[in-house]
Amino acid sequence: MSRPRPGRDDSPDRLYTLTGGRSRAGSDAFDLVTLVVAESDPVPGMQSEHASILRMCRFPTAVVEVAAGLGLPVSITRILLADLHDTGRISARHPRASYRLPDHDILEQVLVGLRNL
Amino acid sequence: MDSVTSEQRQTLHSTADNGLKIVVVGGFGVGKTTLVRSVSEIRPLNTEETMTQAGEGVDDTGGVAAKTATTVAFDFGRISLDAHNVLYLFGAPGQERFWFLWDRLFSGTLGAVVLVDTRRLADSWYAIDRLEHHGTPFVVACNDFGGPVHTAGQIREALDLADEVPLVFCDARSRESSKQVLITLVEHLQSVVAQDPTPQPIPEPAP
Repeated sequence: MSRPRPGRDDSPDRLYTLTGGRSRAGSDAFDLVTLVVAESDPVPGMQSEHASILRMCRFPTAVVEVAAGLGLPVSITRILLADLHDTGRISARHPRASYRLPDHDILEQVLVGLRNL
Repeated sequence: MDSVTSEQRQTLHSTADNGLKIVVVGGFGVGKTTLVRSVSEIRPLNTEETMTQAGEGVDDTGGVAAKTATTVAFDFGRISLDAHNVLYLFGAPGQERFWFLWDRLFSGTLGAVVLVDTRRLADSWYAIDRLEHHGTPFVVACNDFGGPVHTAGQIREALDLADEVPLVFCDARSRESSKQVLITLVEHLQSVVAQDPTPQPIPEPAP
């Protein structure tokens, strides 16, 4: 964990450069646990963060894991993910839970999974 | 190849498609990361969430100093439950100034574990208050620090805990004990759902 962490102490300018000056994603579609899957390989000339995301997400990877992997704040990561999503380079598997209380089936599955640990 | 991708990462099953959240909230040094580590299949990772005060619209040009982002670091771990469901555990600092992080973490979370050190119960008051305000179901887990023994009744009273909120004792260093805390939470969720089977829309984040 001694890796330098860009984002916190870096010049904010760098983060704005990464996102082309945007401070918010176009949508809040990416939950922290939305699972991201790459739909293509990195191509030459691609922004390095975009290429890193595509390499990281060959298997499903949560938004928060992508952020940790990039060493970037979640908010910046969301913007980068939105770029890739808009161009069809990634797909997103959003959490199913859309209600305040989870449904019984999901809870039962969680319980079974935990007991099997 | 950067340090991230060259690191041995344990990948999820390709069929994984449903991320779930449980938040572990508690004061500094209470053992949140220890608990997450005990049950996580990956070494706990750390990331940051930021909130810029000026982020809602056009940035004020009043000066860079005026729009410093508030940044909070938090840990998380992961448990693959089955071929589809992946549970993420988030360790979140309990202090009042991190309210905005909680609002994000609590959104869509199954429930929360309030991890407490019985020598510093007051550290948990604010977190419990916010969870109640959000209507997020939670359990209270007392991490064993070998301090003076308090009875469950004493702790309930000190935390002003509602009768229906489960209170358990645990050792966050123990995988089995930490797992039991999570099971207690999910069983509690089942009873909450059983009492209120009608799904309700997520309320707007509270101020």
